[in-house]
This record gives sequence, structure tokens and C-alpha cells, in this order.
Amino acid sequence: MEYASQIMQYALTGLTLGGIYSVVALGFVVIYSVTGIINFAHGECVMLGAMVSVSCLGAGFPLSLSIFTAVVAVAVFGIIFEKLTVAPAKKASAVTLIIITIGAAIAIRGAALLVWGASPYPMPAFTSEQPLYVAGATVLPQSIWVMATSTAIFGGLYLLFNKSRTGKALRAAAMDRVAALLMGISPQRMSSLAFGLSAATAALAGAVVAPITTATYDMGLMLGLKGFIAASMGGLTSVTWAILGGFFLGLLESFGAGLISSNYKEAFAFILLIAILFRNALSGSRSKTVEKKV
Amino acid sequence: MLGTKTKVLLILWLLFMAVLPFVMPNQYYLGNLIIVGLYTLVGIGLCLLMGFAGQVSLGHAAFYGLGAYSSALLTVHFDLSPVLALVAAAVLTGLIAFFLGIPAMRLEEHYLALATLGWGIIVFIFFNEQTSLTGGPSGFSGIPYFSIGPLVFSSDMSFYYLVLAVVALGMLLAYNLVHSRMGRALRALRTSEAAAQSLGIATSRYKNRVFVISAVYASISGSLYCHYVTFISPSPFGFQASIEFVLIAVVGGLASIFGPVFGAAAVIALTEGVGAVMPKFFPYAGSEFEIIIYGCLLVIIMIFVPEGLTAALKKKRLRDKIEFGYRLLWRGLKDASRGC
Repeated sequence: MEYASQIMQYALTGLTLGGIYSVVALGFVVIYSVTGIINFAHGECVMLGAMVSVSCLGAGFPLSLSIFTAVVAVAVFGIIFEKLTVAPAKKASAVTLIIITIGAAIAIRGAALLVWGASPYPMPAFTSEQPLYVAGATVLPQSIWVMATSTAIFGGLYLLFNKSRTGKALRAAAMDRVAALLMGISPQRMSSLAFGLSAATAALAGAVVAPITTATYDMGLMLGLKGFIAASMGGLTSVTWAILGGFFLGLLESFGAGLISSNYKEAFAFILLIAILFRNALSGSRSKTVEKKV
Repeated sequence: MLGTKTKVLLILWLLFMAVLPFVMPNQYYLGNLIIVGLYTLVGIGLCLLMGFAGQVSLGHAAFYGLGAYSSALLTVHFDLSPVLALVAAAVLTGLIAFFLGIPAMRLEEHYLALATLGWGIIVFIFFNEQTSLTGGPSGFSGIPYFSIGPLVFSSDMSFYYLVLAVVALGMLLAYNLVHSRMGRALRALRTSEAAAQSLGIATSRYKNRVFVISAVYASISGSLYCHYVTFISPSPFGFQASIEFVLIAVVGGLASIFGPVFGAAAVIALTEGVGAVMPKFFPYAGSEFEIIIYGCLLVIIMIFVPEGLTAALKKKRLRDKIEFGYRLLWRGLKDASRGC
């Protein structure tokens, strides 16, 4: 019985982590599909979302308004970010673009350190702090918030991409940029939209996870990298695989830390990354050929 | 082997660097110069990889760290002489890079960037967590000074000249490599891998070879570093360091052997300059500005001069003037030698 409840505990922790990784992974997929860019500053949007929410709460805003402010502010930030860093270097090679977004991420992290300092900011849980008991395992109500929010984000994005004109335009731009241009869709606007949209979802993820992890200036680096690993499981273009990848990564980390070694918790994700990449390399399959689908 | 211009440039640079410590106001600058030298060495290796073979690495700090920790372990626990330890560390790091490179060098652009990034982070976690071997976050101390037989490089001054000699040797080797059959093959594969393959160039073998060479450069630099500071902890071998190395290669100009010299000097000068100047304006600010300026610099350089400063310099009229200067100087030197 003891063992079963432990497994349940790891599973719940893993699903909470996985929800966040999935949302971050989706941001990578949206940007990569529409613009062909891997945005290494994406994790910083999660950090900014968490930090702005905490600051707004500290300034006396109610919770819902704080989160709303954070999401809007970070979405605007995402659009400005695209205009300042990626748009001027449209013709650059993939490696140049990667270094540009890494440089931008470093600058954002430095600015956050300047504004908020190095100490972690606690954020109160949305509802009660009292843990619930599920099959012998404890779960924080905030974890349920995380899972519910990520599910809501998946649903919202699904509706946006499949039921709205804007979403169709984004999908068209992802499938074939030239054809989309001929249909009167501006790739420039779609690029801004993709950055804004993924920044907004990342900010929401950051605000929801902050009560569990606390908000620190450097939380974005690892969250961003792991979201990227989850996204790369499906070749960076598949939404379904990005979500599954995120949950798989969350469970892997939680079970790995529980059953193998908690010291190497952070390493599992990267070992998985290298394993995926090398399998692709050695089997000769190119992730690029994976069907583009948003 | 060396072209006239390169020869003059190399001799001038060596003379300048040899005299530099005597005009330095104090020891503090000498320490910085040593670090510039060590970073230059890593930068040369990275330039070979990035500039000539067109492959990116965001995990070179791992090789730098492997060199440092291997040397430290071998000299402290196995009483190996530092020279032997340096060679053993380089062989070990090279072997690791070889086996890593077999799959990694088949990856395309951004997947390679990620694989190397992941590799860097895994090694960094390993340095932190294998406390029995590396001492973990609290570090590894008691590393002896570098010595060759009875010659011990215990003072900063002597160590500086050692580093200078190693860097000059590294530059010469890299220069010869670039102008060899292998160098031509690398440049061909950077321009078009398919075309290079069709001409019978074993592209993945060459890419792997240059990956190993660049890892060995980083390892030797790391070995020297551990004997210089005599105490190492994992922090200088993290992701930040990998980015710094890329910045050095990029700032200097990727396809140039002299690039890293400028790149390393510029990066260290920037770090130290920002650290010295900023507190005067913002008394409470510390290293944050350094980080911000670092990031912004990377972005600006990659947007406006992705081929680096030396390449940007070449485009300008300035180049003609500099060349004219070289020619005058070289002729003067020749005349002078004939006169003797």
C-alpha cells in the first residue's frame, strides 16, 4: 500500500510539472510553425508572467486583475521582442537566430535581476493551501489549478486555431508562407501574432505555477529548455506531440527523482533530449519531414 | 607555410604581448591577460568548428571543465606531473568528444545547438553532484602550480609567458590546419555539404575531427586554468561560460584565426570595464549590467555583423590602409635584414 501511494504521489507531481512543460512547449510549436524560429527567450516570458503577477499582487491588485495584467503586459512584450530582435534579422541563418534569441534571453534575465533582485518571491496559492488526499497521496489545490489552466489553454488554442479566421490565417502561414501571402495574409503580422500569443500563454503558465515554485529571476531558463525538449519530441511542429511530450517529461522527472536519484533530477530531461536527437540522427530520419500541423 | 601578411601580424602581436606586462600598472591586469589568453585558446578551437566547419557548439564549457577537472584529479590524486596530466586530460576529452561527435555531427544546425547545449548542462550537473570525485559546489583545492620538470610556473609573470607560448602555438597549428587539405575540405562543406559530399569529401568524418580538435583546445585551456587558480569549482564551467566562448568567437569573426584574440580581449575588457565603471553611476548595481550588456551585445552583433568584427573591418576602406601599412613595414624589415 505504501508503495502504491508513493507511485500516485509521483504521478500527481509529474502531471503538475507536465502541465507547465506542455504549455511552454506549445509556445515553441506556435512560433516555430509560423516563423521557423526557435525562440530561446520563450522561458523568460514564463518568468516575466510570474514576476509581474507577484508585483501586481504586492501593489494591492486583486488576483484576477494581477494575472490579467501580467498576461497582457507579457503579450505586448512578446510582440515588441519580435520587432526588436527577430524581425531585423529575417534573412539570418538558423544558428544566428538561435544566438540572437539566447542573447535576448540573457539580457531579459539580467534586467529581471536588476528590477526584482535575486531573492525568490513567494506568491499565495489561488485558493486554499490545505492539501487534498487522493488515493493516499497529497495534492495541493494549486496543482489542480495548474492542470486546469493548462487544459483550458489547450482548449482555447484548439478553438482559436480551428474555429476562428485569425487561427486559420496562422495555420495557413505555418503550412505555406508564400501561398498564405498570395491569399492576402501578412506573414509579418502572423509572426507578431505568434510571438504575442505564445508569450501570453507562457505568462499565464508562469502566474499559475509561481505559488508552487515561487517566482525567481532565473526560473525561465530551465522551464524554457524543458518546454523546448518536450516540443522537439514531435519535431517542433506537432501540437499533440508537444502536449504529450510535456506530460511525459514531467512524469519522467518526477519518477526519476523519486525512484532513481533526486540529485540528477535536472539531468534526466537533457539525457532524454540527447537520446531523441541522436536516435533521429543515427536512423537518418529528419525531424523536418514531420507533417506541419498547428 | 605562413603568408607574408600573417607572419608580420603574428610577429607584431607576439612582440606586443611580450612587452605588455612591463607597461602594465599592476598585477591585477596581468591576471586578466592570462584569462584572455586562456579564453583565446578556447576561442581558436571554437572558430575552427564554427567558422570553418560551420558547426555550432553551445556546450564548450563542458570540455573546458573536463580538462580542468581531469588535470586536477590526475595531479592531486595520482601525483602525475602537470604536463602529463594535461596531455592525459586532452586525450580523454578528445575521446569523449569523438564518441559524442559521431551522432552529434550528423545533426543539423539548431538540433546540433541543442544537443551541445544539453551536453553542457549534463556535464555541469555532473560536476556539481559527483561530490566524491569533484568536491561538488564547494570545489576542489590543492592543485599544484604548473611545472615542466624542475621549472615551476608559480608567479603570474612566468605563467603569462607560458600561456602566451601555448596560444601562439595553438594559432600556428590552427593556421596550418586551415590551409591544409582538411581546411579546404571543411570550407567546402561549410559552403555546401551536398556539393562537398559529391566531390568525395567524407563530411561527417571531417566534422567530427574538427569537433575533437576544438574540444582538445578547450581541454588544454581548462588544464592550464586549473593550475593557474589552483582551486576549481563548477561555476566557471556552466552555460554562461559556453555562451561567453561563443561570444568570443562571434565578436572576433568566425572565419579568422586572429578573431579570437580580439574577441577574448574584447569580452574580458567589457566584463571588467562594466564592472569598474558601472558602480560609479549606480552604486547598488552589481553584475546585472554586465549580463544585460552581454545579452544586448550578442543580439546587436548577430543582427548587424553576423560575420564578426574582423570581417566587418575587412569590408571597409580601413582595410586598404592597413594593408598599405603592412607592405611598407615588411619592405622595411626586408631592407633592414639585407642591410645586415
